[in-house]
Amino acid sequence: MNTEFESQRPAREGAAHRRLQLNWGDRVFRVGTAGLAGLVLLIVGLMAWQMVGASALSMREFGFGFITGREWNPVLEQFGALPFIYGTLVSSFVALCIAVPVSFGIAIFLSELSPAWLRDPLSFLVELLAAVPSVVYGLWGIFALAPLMRETVEPALRTSLGFLPFFQGPNQGFGMLTGALVLSIMIVPTISSVSREVLRAVPQSYREGALALGATHWEAIRTGVMPVARSGLIGAVILGLGRALGETMAVTMLIGNRADISLSLFAPAHTMASVIANEFTEATEDLYLAALAEIGLLLFVVTVLLNIVARTLVWNVGGRREGSRV
Amino acid sequence: MNGIRSSYVYRRAVDRAVRAACVLAAIVALVPLFLVLYYVTVRGIGGLNWAFFTELPKPVGEAGGGAANAIVGSIQLVGLACLFGIPLGVLAGVFLAEFGQSFFGRMVRFAADVMAGVPSVTIGIFIYALVVLPTKQFSAYAGGLALAVIMLPTVTRTTEELLKLVPEALREAALGLGVPQWRTTLWVMLRTAAPGVATGIMLAVARVAGETAPLLFTSFNNRFWARGLNEPISSLPVQIYTYAVSPYEDWHRQAWAAALVLVSLVLFLNVAARVLVRNRVRSR
Repeated sequence: MNTEFESQRPAREGAAHRRLQLNWGDRVFRVGTAGLAGLVLLIVGLMAWQMVGASALSMREFGFGFITGREWNPVLEQFGALPFIYGTLVSSFVALCIAVPVSFGIAIFLSELSPAWLRDPLSFLVELLAAVPSVVYGLWGIFALAPLMRETVEPALRTSLGFLPFFQGPNQGFGMLTGALVLSIMIVPTISSVSREVLRAVPQSYREGALALGATHWEAIRTGVMPVARSGLIGAVILGLGRALGETMAVTMLIGNRADISLSLFAPAHTMASVIANEFTEATEDLYLAALAEIGLLLFVVTVLLNIVARTLVWNVGGRREGSRV
Repeated sequence: MNGIRSSYVYRRAVDRAVRAACVLAAIVALVPLFLVLYYVTVRGIGGLNWAFFTELPKPVGEAGGGAANAIVGSIQLVGLACLFGIPLGVLAGVFLAEFGQSFFGRMVRFAADVMAGVPSVTIGIFIYALVVLPTKQFSAYAGGLALAVIMLPTVTRTTEELLKLVPEALREAALGLGVPQWRTTLWVMLRTAAPGVATGIMLAVARVAGETAPLLFTSFNNRFWARGLNEPISSLPVQIYTYAVSPYEDWHRQAWAAALVLVSLVLFLNVAARVLVRNRVRSR
């Protein structure tokens, strides 16, 4: 008896017509969905191609000097992106300094300490933090956070840490620190949810082993869980960094938008994303547009690389989990 | 004896301190969420009235007016995004789940992951170069396309992951009854996974509904009703941005009202998605 599926059986007279139809359905389905999946691939390729094409003029004109140039003058058509690169790096770094401890705290709480009934509601609330649109954070920042920074937080920082160059200069409320703060709020959900997945992927027996040896909860986490999870946690931070680099609206509305390089965190600054959002529609000259597109291209390349590194690190811990958002 | 005891006291103190710090971290992180929701509700509720939902914006200096064009524009843009993004995303996800083990499949999966990490402002430039430059005008189509590109990776990967969760026995049962493979996939596998896929789509819609940066240079803005989809069109997020950075008191009020509408929509979608998932888990 032939026990194989009909579609795999060698052709026979009677069922030939019917089977031909079935095969056609399957074939069309397979080729069709493959085509649509290929379209995903095509879009990414097209994205890279269009970005390079749009910035070609600026790349030819400035070469590598684009990255190191400090002058950004649309009138003289002199474009150097260093102030924006600096602004993006510093604001993201400050945001990470604030967000990483908080996110790890949440992740440890959710995966190790929280009572079961609290786990779901709490992680839902943390995810809601990511659901609030960027522009709404910006709106809230302009009318609530920036005045608070100007009148309370920045003067306090100046009196306590004013000997450091980071906390000097006029406090306007709109500047690097405010932008970084709102950025940190927006990347907490990313870092904490990925870290929680990573911590959960560590086998329970590691904790039990440490606890059985007399370790406290924290010692069990530190000696049993952390070493295994380390690369995944680094991956989580890098994913957060990737989000911070590209975050646009809230930062644009709060960072003050001035292309200066200043050590002071109170001073207004500009990021790569914020200069694009601010000036792209105003840019009428071809070279101006190309320079802005090149900043976008830099952002594209950096975030793609960061994502690849982060994903590799996260997958190394306990493999890819079904349904995880990573 | 005393040494061991004091070291235990110390260790227990550290343990307590770290636990307290973790609880504190969870509380600190949620403070901004509640602050934002509080501000948006308190400041926005005053600006919400019948005119807000039915009238066009008034010129500067004139009180009143609404954001009807922005609300309708947002619906149109998100609708266009769904029109492009959902069929493509779901079917690409079906491909990845069913035939995705090849080299080509891995490439597509990788491309989707890359796309998910690209900043939305960059996607805006991409669509600007692809659509706005050749057609020489900002349009709802360009905006919808940008939003579709943003939601595509989420929809694709969610569909794939959820299809993989469907028990193989269902597929075998369908194939055993003589149902062709493609109908098995669409009518048995995808249908079983449908509530989960719908949840993923709702979350993707919630995300793109609030996207602002890519719309700034694709759909732009419009103070009036757009007469067609190939014209610049207003949208809630762009309107919030424009109003928020303006110096006019009246526009600020409108911005808060628009933010309240947008946040309500986004929260509703998130909570609904949550409830959908929970009901499904419970009914099993």
